[in-house]
Amino acid sequence: MIMGSTAGPTPILSIENLQVSLFTRRGVLPAVDGLSLTVSAGETLAIVGESGCGKSLTALAIMRLLPNPPAKIVGGAVRFMGRDLAALSEREMQRVRGKDISMIFQDPMTSLNPVVAVGDQLIEAIRRHNEVSRHEARDRAVELLRRVRIPDAERRLNDYPHQMSGGMSQRVMIAMAIACGPKLLIADEPTTALDVTIQAQIIELMKELQSSSDMGLIIITHDLGVVAEVADRVAVMYAGRKVEEAPVEALFERPLHRYTRGLLGATPSAQRRRGSRLVEITGNVPALSDLPQGCAFQNRCPDVFDRCRAERPQLASLLPHRSAACFAAEKELSRDAAAIGA
Amino acid sequence: MRRIIIRRLVQIIPLIFAVIVMNFVLIHLAPGSLFDVMTSEQQITDPAMLDQLRHTYGVDQPVTVQLAKYIWSVMRLDLGYSYRQNAPVFDVIMQQLPATLILMLAAIGIALLVGVTAGVMASIKVNTIWDNLISLGAVFFFAAPSFWLGIMMTVMFAVKLGWFPVGGMRTIGVDESAIGAVLDVMHHLVLPATALGLFYAATFARVMRASMLEVARLDFVRTARAKGLSGGRVVLAHVMRNAMLPIVTLLGLQLGTMLGGSVVIEAVFSWPGIGSLLFDSVMSRNFPMVLGVLILGSLLVAVCNATVDLLYLRLDPRIKAR
Repeated sequence: MIMGSTAGPTPILSIENLQVSLFTRRGVLPAVDGLSLTVSAGETLAIVGESGCGKSLTALAIMRLLPNPPAKIVGGAVRFMGRDLAALSEREMQRVRGKDISMIFQDPMTSLNPVVAVGDQLIEAIRRHNEVSRHEARDRAVELLRRVRIPDAERRLNDYPHQMSGGMSQRVMIAMAIACGPKLLIADEPTTALDVTIQAQIIELMKELQSSSDMGLIIITHDLGVVAEVADRVAVMYAGRKVEEAPVEALFERPLHRYTRGLLGATPSAQRRRGSRLVEITGNVPALSDLPQGCAFQNRCPDVFDRCRAERPQLASLLPHRSAACFAAEKELSRDAAAIGA
Repeated sequence: MRRIIIRRLVQIIPLIFAVIVMNFVLIHLAPGSLFDVMTSEQQITDPAMLDQLRHTYGVDQPVTVQLAKYIWSVMRLDLGYSYRQNAPVFDVIMQQLPATLILMLAAIGIALLVGVTAGVMASIKVNTIWDNLISLGAVFFFAAPSFWLGIMMTVMFAVKLGWFPVGGMRTIGVDESAIGAVLDVMHHLVLPATALGLFYAATFARVMRASMLEVARLDFVRTARAKGLSGGRVVLAHVMRNAMLPIVTLLGLQLGTMLGGSVVIEAVFSWPGIGSLLFDSVMSRNFPMVLGVLILGSLLVAVCNATVDLLYLRLDPRIKAR
């Protein structure tokens, strides 16, 4: 079920029961399995999870940029402003990409064409969706570079990607993404490849751009520090499924799913007492080709019990505005409720 | 930029020097000389006359002195005198060179056009019947000797179908306007240029296909698609632009072999270029002419290579002009 947890009005994007499969030699693997999400205007949704949990594939599925083969959308709907993107033709989708929905990627150094000046790459994006002259587009490109705080914007327009640092390149990517005033920006690990100081600047820039334009933002990351900084709401994914969703403060205060707890425990922070150990999550993510019956997290879960091995937990609204797919959490909450009732 | 051009041109000098020395030695190792051919053709048998001729032509001097004299004259841009054509070597070559240049340029044009198009098509339709057909064609044209291809094309298109002339560069005895003459040359050019070009088209097609597939996987192609660009625009402006770089490298390397290949094709199609001149000159031991052709040929290849390097500089901004 979709959670009615959106704080704002009607969502601009709502993903319903999305299924993405990988068609490999070893068979069809459910990389994203029955995912539902919503994002409203001006809202920031963080999708969290470790490598291979399906978070990047989800982003590429929204953009219809899945590497095919092997990945393919096999079910569900991606509703954006009332239209199902999964059902659009490629040509119609091209008019959505870069105009209504934009995306920035993990490694800015390889995400720009090395033999084309950055200005031309920006101008290309502007002119694709707007009927403007080259000259006007150029002026707009300068304006965009200024907006993403690139000093000496006019001269930088003629630079090639190899003449820029990682941070600068990511700013150019952001400028390109916001060139046509998108309603939704998807950032797939936008700071992972950058230095820590640059990370903070990029996050700051994205927050600022979002607040001035009221666009929805999906930020995909495994960095919980980034999540705490920018997100309004967090969806945690594990082995292709959403296992928990909650407003950001609530999630950090009381993670319900045992996997989320593990993630928070494994995050270094300044408040943590010196000498205290980071708690790792033991074991490995099960292979998609070899998912166990029942909960996918059972082999790593500290609170696993019989039911987890027999039955796959479904997302349930356990507390107001939040949901989790965890029997241990359900048991714990009902015990709490009984304690209060008694 | 200017410094790099000058440096590239200066590098040509020692290269030409090496070409002269090596070819001079090779020619003198070969049996028979111009002097032998000349005297036997004229049936000169008088020993006193032979001695006098030896002295006139300088063949009585040691080989090293001959070489030094030759290098000295080349430095003064004098390639010597051809007794067969009764004209300076340089003038004779210059008369024939344009025909070879036209053939080479046309062959390069065909090779690039056919090769790049086929490579791009194969990469777009990868692992389909089209891809397989293109690969098969590439292997065929790569394996087929160009003289055989030339002869087969002559049989098919000139003899049987009569679409193109069998050989030569101009229709004899027809006085035409400038445009008519150009069209006439182009008409004669189709078969030899295709026969020469298809071999290179085959390599270009294979390299282009591999290069396109490699570039198509890179991150910036995904960025281009995320901008909402159409499939065609992504391929042309982003994938192809990067995939062309290895083709340019290959082109530079193959210019030399192309000049060599044109010798054979010129013979097959009786194309009046320096290839047929070289062939005749070797047969008649006309060594000043052979050396002259080799020197100008290597100069041409060296200049073309330098041009390709400069082109590379323009195509790939990551290479700094130092």
